[in-house]
Amino acid sequence: MSDPSKEWPLWEVFVRGKGGLSHRHVGSVHAADGKMALEHARDTYTRRMEGVSLWVLPSAQIIASDPGDAAALFKPAEDKVYRHPTFYKIPDGIKHI
Amino acid sequence: MVSALPPLADYAARLGDDSLVLGQRLGEWCGHAPAIEVDLSLSNVALDLIGQATHFLGLAGAIEGAGRDADKLAFHRDVMDFSNCLLVEQPNGDFAQTIARQFLFSHYQALLFEQMAQVKDERFAAIAAKALKEVNYHATLASDWVVRLGDGTDESKARMIAGLDWMWRFTDELFAMDDVDAAAIAAGAGVDKAALRADWDARVDAVLAEATLARPAARRAIVGGRVGRHSEHLGHLLSEMQFLQRAYPGASW
Repeated sequence: MSDPSKEWPLWEVFVRGKGGLSHRHVGSVHAADGKMALEHARDTYTRRMEGVSLWVLPSAQIIASDPGDAAALFKPAEDKVYRHPTFYKIPDGIKHI
Repeated sequence: MVSALPPLADYAARLGDDSLVLGQRLGEWCGHAPAIEVDLSLSNVALDLIGQATHFLGLAGAIEGAGRDADKLAFHRDVMDFSNCLLVEQPNGDFAQTIARQFLFSHYQALLFEQMAQVKDERFAAIAAKALKEVNYHATLASDWVVRLGDGTDESKARMIAGLDWMWRFTDELFAMDDVDAAAIAAGAGVDKAALRADWDARVDAVLAEATLARPAARRAIVGGRVGRHSEHLGHLLSEMQFLQRAYPGASW
């Protein structure tokens, strides 16, 4: 087994598919620093013309919610149907909304 | 043996053979690179190179006009009919040696294609213009690794120095000019490679300086690849690459 402390840190990769869309999380890569992370992200996730822009950021920088808090965080929204603007008519052909 | 191809076809075949042989070499790393991400980097470069080879060898066959396509030239020629430079057929060695070869070759190829993209013969210019974007990335990728390994740990530095030492004696051949080059230039397709040397030196020296590496000592250059005099390594590479088409001619899937 390789020594985990000697492995490159993990980076999260975000790809913008085309101009106007937001960057979307596509996965992660190992790399020694940001520059290498961008090269690895390019070679791993955009080799079939998936993107026009890349973001990478250290996975360690992500602050995640605790699954144990899920009930307190997300359950209260369940019975608040009035928060969904379902009474608006959306024209056909609008895709990214 | 001197190539049986007419000069302009030979010129295209040299370009194609350089890319083909280096692409095959890099393909040997597939599944063996130090990390999955590096595996993909090297495979991507390999595929770019094989794409270039397909274009240049297809052009060589078209100019020859004897009905040979890129596959025929790639898989049904013997070692002495290959006209790639000796640098690209050198063994992978360790990762640093592979990077050294890529670094020296990609900077040469970038300068070559910058010029070739402007030649009068549109067939050569179009392939070069398309390949140039790929090759610039290869040069950047390899340069970054030269700096990381050269300016890294004691071990990575020693390996980078050894890799550059191995490859250095094959670099003079990149810029050597002969009758085939002269014929290609006269036909509006060729590039004066000797004139690329100063820019190549500058680019390579800048990266070596950043990598805290000394330029390897000049040694007697080894040449011969362009006229089919190859190292013992190429035959082994071809025996693996050509096996399937030799055993099952025309097989496809």
